Amino acid sequence: MAGVAFRGVSKSFGAVTAVDDVSFDIHDGEIVCLLGPSGCGKTTTLRLIAGLEGPTAGSIHIGDRDVTMISPKGRDIGMVFQDYALYPHMTISDNISYPLKVRGVSKEERASRAAEVAASLQIGNLLERRPGQISGGQQQRTSVARAVVHKPQVFLFDEPLSNLDAKLRLEARGFIKHLQKRLGVTSIYVTHDQAEAMALADRIAVMDGGRIVQMAPPLEVYHRPANTFVANFLGSPPMNLLPVRLERRTGVTRFVADAFTITAEGWHERLQGRVDDGESVILGVRPEHLALGEADDPWSFPGELYATEPLGPETLITISVGDALTTLRIFGDDPPVVDGRVHARIQNTNLRLFREGGERIELG
Amino acid sequence: MNHHARFILGRIFFYAGACLFASFFVLPLLWLTVAPFNTLATLSLSLPEEFSLANFRRVFANTFAIRALVQNSVLQAGGAMVLVTITATLAAYALSRSSIKGTDVITYGLVLFSSVVTGTAAMVPIFLMIHGMGLIDTHVAVILVFTGGLLPAAIFIMRDFVDSIPRSYEESALVAGASPWRVFNDIALPIVRPGMMVIAVWAFVNVWGGFLIPFILLRSSGKMPAAVAIYSFYSEAGTPLVTLTAAYSLLYTLPVLLLYLFVNWKYGFRFFGGIKS
Ligand SMILES: Nc1ncnc2c1ncn2[C@@H]1O[C@H](COP(=O)(O)OP(=O)(O)OP(=O)(O)O)[C@@H](O)[C@H]1O
Ligand SMILES: [Mg+2]
Repeated sequence: MAGVAFRGVSKSFGAVTAVDDVSFDIHDGEIVCLLGPSGCGKTTTLRLIAGLEGPTAGSIHIGDRDVTMISPKGRDIGMVFQDYALYPHMTISDNISYPLKVRGVSKEERASRAAEVAASLQIGNLLERRPGQISGGQQQRTSVARAVVHKPQVFLFDEPLSNLDAKLRLEARGFIKHLQKRLGVTSIYVTHDQAEAMALADRIAVMDGGRIVQMAPPLEVYHRPANTFVANFLGSPPMNLLPVRLERRTGVTRFVADAFTITAEGWHERLQGRVDDGESVILGVRPEHLALGEADDPWSFPGELYATEPLGPETLITISVGDALTTLRIFGDDPPVVDGRVHARIQNTNLRLFREGGERIELG
Repeated sequence: MNHHARFILGRIFFYAGACLFASFFVLPLLWLTVAPFNTLATLSLSLPEEFSLANFRRVFANTFAIRALVQNSVLQAGGAMVLVTITATLAAYALSRSSIKGTDVITYGLVLFSSVVTGTAAMVPIFLMIHGMGLIDTHVAVILVFTGGLLPAAIFIMRDFVDSIPRSYEESALVAGASPWRVFNDIALPIVRPGMMVIAVWAFVNVWGGFLIPFILLRSSGKMPAAVAIYSFYSEAGTPLVTLTAAYSLLYTLPVLLLYLFVNWKYGFRFFGGIKS
């Protein structure tokens, strides 16, 4: 077992910088999800760890070895590819045991270990079939089986669930988490699905434009996003972001926008010395931290009802505030009856502030 | 009803046309299967009055022609087949997987020039070159010249096969711990094997039927292939002895047929058999 570390790693393809001066430490036995939009460098990061690409700058470490210059063969890694990459001309058994064959394990032992791993992944009855003759979910398990059979030091997953339908995806997600915890192998899991990242990760590394913008446990990333990019990327629907200007008048602090004014009752001290009078900031509040309120509540702001979406245990209410949309998440089995003008009240303990440039303001 | 009748009429015309068209191909083949067994065969198609192997007996008596068929042709076509298939596969793999820019241009350029290289126009320089190498009147010369001519098209076709293999197959094998040679051998080779079989049969047939190149590069009658030896069944006056030519022609087509059947049985001409993605 071993951790994985990047020290100032960059990777360019010609003029494109896919990974830009990235450093991190992934601890032994930890599962980290790389999360970010398409093209942000997730796959490239994974391929750098696997040794399928060489970095343009920086160094890569697995355990206490510097593997920057070592070929994939010498890195002792198990990898699940996005398209599974099962060999079409081999049986499932041969596919699973290929890493053992390369290591010179005898034929009998290969077959028995493949059967053992396959049984634990519930594909033990498919061993004699070929990849073209099994379902997508079974291919995914086969691919996982091949990655774990030689007990590697590190697992790499590149969006392994993106080809599965919604139900299978949930099932496979739970299964991967269970397997990772049982085997305790350091894992790096690439996804652009934030729910998957939240569910699986010990820590999430959010990437944007080749850089890691935040690396923290899922709930911290969710509740204390490092900047508006992270705030906007996580959560479904994402965090509401309301641009306002701070005004201080005779002991009263207000957030002023064209469409509304919020009186920041009790926040005078918190903002003191952190936000200047007249400074433009962005209020960030998750839909579940907005409730239906009254016009005279200091922490409320008005909007016109735009849409009501009952989802069962919760209801999403979207209102238009000025020319932007804001979403409220109301829990409870009965969808609230609303119409026309709606007042949204902020639960101010969960209010976040961001500078105009995007970075979060640490409040007292 | 009217509609139905018109449909049937249309079908009849279609099949009549198709039959007429097919007869152009079928008649010569039919002749080839019947004439060898007819001691009185002419160039017209007619059933023998008496089924006889006499033609074959006289053909087998011609040791020059038989030796050309079972030894020289097999050696030359087989040699070129092996050489073309192996080199084309390795070259196609390298061209497909290398990160060097311009491999497309190289491939297309080669195909373009190859039509010149095997053409009649290039025979003089080829003769001079082979002469300079001291290879005149050797099997090696025939094999090399055919291989050179067939390789570009073979590389072109093989490259398509190799390009169709997702790189993730090879990458997953690399991560699993395989060396590059092992990856080629375990993963790429089995997947492109159907393509290699297509190339092998195609190369064999080309050399088997090639007349000009062995005719020019070889001197001694003991090395001539069947395509040249078939002229030993011509009379002094230069007209073919139809009966013997027919019998020899049938023998001449058999190896190609057998090779085709063997490959089809062993590997099948499936193109991307089993790859699902
Ligand atoms: N081999 C390559 N040659 C040139 N550019 C590349 C190569 N591989 C990746 N890139 C570029 O590097 C950037 C990052 O690519 P990468 O595949 O890592 O993104 P990703 O985060 O995995 O995206 P996705 O979610 O779409 O898979 C992209 O702009 C991509 O176009
Ligand atoms: Mg990717």
